[in-house]
Amino acid sequence: MTINGKAITFGNNIDTDVILPGPYLVHTDPNELAKHAMEGLDPKFPEKAAEGIVVVGGKNFGCGSSREQAPLALKYAGVRCVLAESFARIFYRNSITIGLPVLACPGLSGKVEEGDEVVVNLQTGKVEDRTNGSVFQATQLPEFIMEILDDGGLIEHLKRRIETK
Amino acid sequence: MMPEKGHVRPGEVIVGADSHTCTYGAFGAFATGIGSTEMAAVFATGKLWFRVPEVIKVNVTGKFRKLVTAKDLTLNVVGKIGADGAIYKGLEFSGSTIRNLSVDGRMVLCNMAVEMGAKAGIIEPDEKTLDYIKGRTDKAVKPVKSDSDAVYEKVLDVDVSDLEPQVAVPHSVDNVKPVSVVEDTKVDQAFIGSCTNGRLEDLRSAAQVLKDKKIARGVRLVVIPASQEIYLNALNEGLIKTFMEAGATIGNPNCGPCLGGHMGLMAEDEVCISSSNRNFVGRMGSTKSYVYLASPATVAASAVTGKITDPRRLKEEV
Repeated sequence: MTINGKAITFGNNIDTDVILPGPYLVHTDPNELAKHAMEGLDPKFPEKAAEGIVVVGGKNFGCGSSREQAPLALKYAGVRCVLAESFARIFYRNSITIGLPVLACPGLSGKVEEGDEVVVNLQTGKVEDRTNGSVFQATQLPEFIMEILDDGGLIEHLKRRIETK
Repeated sequence: MMPEKGHVRPGEVIVGADSHTCTYGAFGAFATGIGSTEMAAVFATGKLWFRVPEVIKVNVTGKFRKLVTAKDLTLNVVGKIGADGAIYKGLEFSGSTIRNLSVDGRMVLCNMAVEMGAKAGIIEPDEKTLDYIKGRTDKAVKPVKSDSDAVYEKVLDVDVSDLEPQVAVPHSVDNVKPVSVVEDTKVDQAFIGSCTNGRLEDLRSAAQVLKDKKIARGVRLVVIPASQEIYLNALNEGLIKTFMEAGATIGNPNCGPCLGGHMGLMAEDEVCISSSNRNFVGRMGSTKSYVYLASPATVAASAVTGKITDPRRLKEEV
């Protein structure tokens, strides 16, 4: 599976309180959540992400609260994939659960500029910056995580598995 | 709630749809936070994927000075390890100071393991652990301990003998400084509560500072006991009376303003000193508000003066 989009870049320790601020946790409609994605840092983010983008973060992306609404808001805002130096573990798990591809890609941060055209190969973990020509190798996702992503998230994955049993 | 009701036992694996599930490591359980959909998957299948974590050992020695608490140690450790220093790792807390810590104090340490990115915080179960769970559960427990030849990725030694009260300064949990550095920062709100510091020992510590005092004019002090049991015990011990007389607002057990939910949301340019666990941008309300994290004693002292205050100094002054 290949994903492409313009990069929107962030720094280190981007926490889930800025990705989706607590007061919006009352919303159950993911499209409503998406309107407030990254509001803590950049209220214009949903506008910029609408065309379909790739988020490039630094270390410890998604730290803090276990709220699943954080990756959900990103996904529905138009984020196709999140690349980061490293991820906080619950955000990482939640992203896979809701079918948002996340790849740890050490060495990437600072080398991809905002607006660069990025292409990600989920199978091989190869990440290309088509704007400046640089290539990076992300940590490959294990097969069982690829299966969950291919199925569109954990619920669809389990439904399929339980049905085929 | 979970430990109180006897659902946390040494040697067990516990998952919860809350990042502070790691609190239960205080009882020698392997406890870690997951997402809410994953929780549904656990209910449906009883299974979940895990990666076995490397472990960092934090060895703590020395005796706390007066009014220096488990929270100050915790903040100090978060400052040393950093917000991403333990991503996906286990944190084992050991040493004479940990042995001497109460169960409430141990929960503070394990609670904030996630603030360093850790998957779990864990403390070897002992007599105090077994005493706590006795009468709360009928189930047989099988405590587990680290092997004597266990391999650690890193060992961090901390001596608390000279530790000052600590404060995590906005907007990151690992921006930790001794209280003396930020003293006299004006505060609008003081919050005592949350899964980090809303337990009886925390309320006692705050009440000790607030006894026969009034909070400063223009400051809101919000006190929220972490559970009904704690609330009732605090009421019976007269702690709630002390808080009320000092001018505090008491809330029913819940997360309160910690995550910007309700009961003390911060407005633009306001400053809160809080016994909770996160001081991220917008965590407690406005993205232009500021949260300082500290112990219940430091929060209480700051409520009295209206500015960040070393609780030991307040005692001296009066």
